[in-house]
Amino acid sequence: MEIYWLLGIPFAGGIFLALWGNRGFAPEINALFSLLTLLAAAWLTVRIISGGPLLTEHDWFFIDPFNVFLVALTAFVAFTTALFSRPYMRIEQEHGRLSAARLRLYHSSYQIFIAAMLLALTTNNMGILWVSMEAATLATVLLVSLYRTPAALEAAWKYFILCGVGIAQALFGTILLYFAAEKVLGSGGVALLWTHLNEVKDQLEPRVLQLAFVFMLVGYGTKVGLAPLHNWLPDAHAEGPTPISAVLSGLLLNVALYAVMRSKVLVDGALGTDMAGNLMMGFGLLSVVMAAFLIKRQTDVKRMFAYSSIEHMGLVTFSFGMGGAVANFAGLLHMTMHSLTKSAIFFAVGHATQSAGTQLMAGIRGLIKTNPTIGWGLMLGTIAILGVPPFGVFASEFLIITTAMHEHPWATPFLLTALGVAFASIFGKVQPMVFGETELARLPYQPALTPVFVHLGLVLMLGLFIPPYLAAWYRQAAQLLGG
Amino acid sequence: MTLPFHLQIVNLLAALLLLISFAMLSQRRIVGLVTLFAWQGLALAVSTGLVGWVTGQHHLYYSAGITLILKVIVMPWIFYALVKKLDVDRDVEPMINIPTTMLIGIALVIFAFNLALPISQLAGTVTRSTLGIALACVLLAFLMMITRSKAIPQVIGFLAMENGLFFAATSATYGMPLVVELGVALDVLVGVFVLGIFFFQIRETFDSLDLKHMEKLRER
Repeated sequence: MEIYWLLGIPFAGGIFLALWGNRGFAPEINALFSLLTLLAAAWLTVRIISGGPLLTEHDWFFIDPFNVFLVALTAFVAFTTALFSRPYMRIEQEHGRLSAARLRLYHSSYQIFIAAMLLALTTNNMGILWVSMEAATLATVLLVSLYRTPAALEAAWKYFILCGVGIAQALFGTILLYFAAEKVLGSGGVALLWTHLNEVKDQLEPRVLQLAFVFMLVGYGTKVGLAPLHNWLPDAHAEGPTPISAVLSGLLLNVALYAVMRSKVLVDGALGTDMAGNLMMGFGLLSVVMAAFLIKRQTDVKRMFAYSSIEHMGLVTFSFGMGGAVANFAGLLHMTMHSLTKSAIFFAVGHATQSAGTQLMAGIRGLIKTNPTIGWGLMLGTIAILGVPPFGVFASEFLIITTAMHEHPWATPFLLTALGVAFASIFGKVQPMVFGETELARLPYQPALTPVFVHLGLVLMLGLFIPPYLAAWYRQAAQLLGG
Repeated sequence: MTLPFHLQIVNLLAALLLLISFAMLSQRRIVGLVTLFAWQGLALAVSTGLVGWVTGQHHLYYSAGITLILKVIVMPWIFYALVKKLDVDRDVEPMINIPTTMLIGIALVIFAFNLALPISQLAGTVTRSTLGIALACVLLAFLMMITRSKAIPQVIGFLAMENGLFFAATSATYGMPLVVELGVALDVLVGVFVLGIFFFQIRETFDSLDLKHMEKLRER
């Protein structure tokens, strides 16, 4: 029952806003629908915590501690982003960058995008998982090109084509999975249900599953932004409106990685080897290193933080690839920290670029003087994402690196170098943006930065103290991922 | 060894599918490309229906019906309308010349057959020998996407890839569960509509559908 509310509210929101999204009250309605979605997600979460995993509606939906945690995170960030986008998009409209009709498209697609991600997270069917990932891509293509500038159109085209090709590979992987499953479970709907597959995973033909996993990793990995398939990500993040950058970075990448993890559990069971884990470690490490060195060359602030997202998703992928209880725990924690921190940074960056009128870092100076709230928000966010204690990112990165030292010592120099390079380049670039000299006058309006500080507060809290029920929850989820 | 008559037909259609993929690689005009795409869809629909009839898997009829409606009627119609409205039916200049592309294509087909060999030996379906062809179609469509610089041929390449995947699904497993196939079809349809809107935006901004103009976002 909860599940219908969870999926139905954002879907209804999408339809409602498609009809009336150009009215003046649309931003509030958007936030309201997001709030209702968050409440539904909270209801579901409470039920899972008290009652254990839930298999419902003829086994069509399956919710366990692993995905309910992502559902809660998705609904939460979607809500805060809607709050941020309310004043942000109004100012964009006043600046004449957007018309009312495009705002309607924006609001409607935003809700549909959230609905598609929630469907991807809660479905039990590997085929529907694919369908909803593709739907999430389609919902955001027109959002990336919302400003209709040549660069935005190019970014959207790249996003569509690269993710389209990627996701076609994932479909081939899914077909191969079905091919292997059909022999054990018989043809028809049940052969793609994850829970059923999980029960018989040791009987699935290993050779086919091996190939299937390679296709799924490459396919969904394109959407995670793993190098060398990451080309679409910096462009889409830099050219789309800032609230979209925040949800792409904070949510969509997680959902894509979730799809990879669900297939990894099956493949590990069928193969009994570390093949899947090793592949993920390889891709993860490559992404971390490559992104860290590319960050140094960026001049556009949103592009820079997009590369930082690639780096962190690489780190999470690497961690899940190592497997085992500690590494999975660290991966889940890092996923949460990254989502909260990165979306907070994008909120702050959004206001900073809006007031400076440019995304080039050279043009943004002395935020602390023009507006202390934005300045501190950006500075604290940057410090948090760079893994400075006591923020939560430090805790998860520390866990990942110590586990790597213990189990795969060869990888540690790469990880430490990459994190060091990323630290030096990002901090060196953000510092003058916040504390540099400026001629600009103070901002006339007060930016809506409550979400930034709420996110950063949560990250700080989780760095200092993880409540026992949350830790237990993460541990259960880590257990489910096996390794 | 002689195969039953209906299987020979399925194999013939598979060969036709591969042939159309090659024809698409060599086609220079967009309208010709759209026509070939429609024919490919028709071959796919007929073979899906035939496999359904031979094996008694009746849900394949729905799948064949969806393919027929979407890929033979609706999408080519949208594309014809787009080409006419945007007035873009000039010669498509591929980035690599056509004979070279064909040679690369042949290499890809050999690769696909090698890759599919161990899997098709495992398949229990009557149509397993066609799995290699399906994979080859996917790779050829991919090649077409890489070598064309115009927007519409790239999208047709993308859809041809989807055709290859559907064919792989029918030949290896008698098709995916119906819900999944419906979902995929819906996604593809929505995708084409999104692209239609998108083409107008590109055209409006660049005054051309040639993606060569889109080379600003390079790694600096």
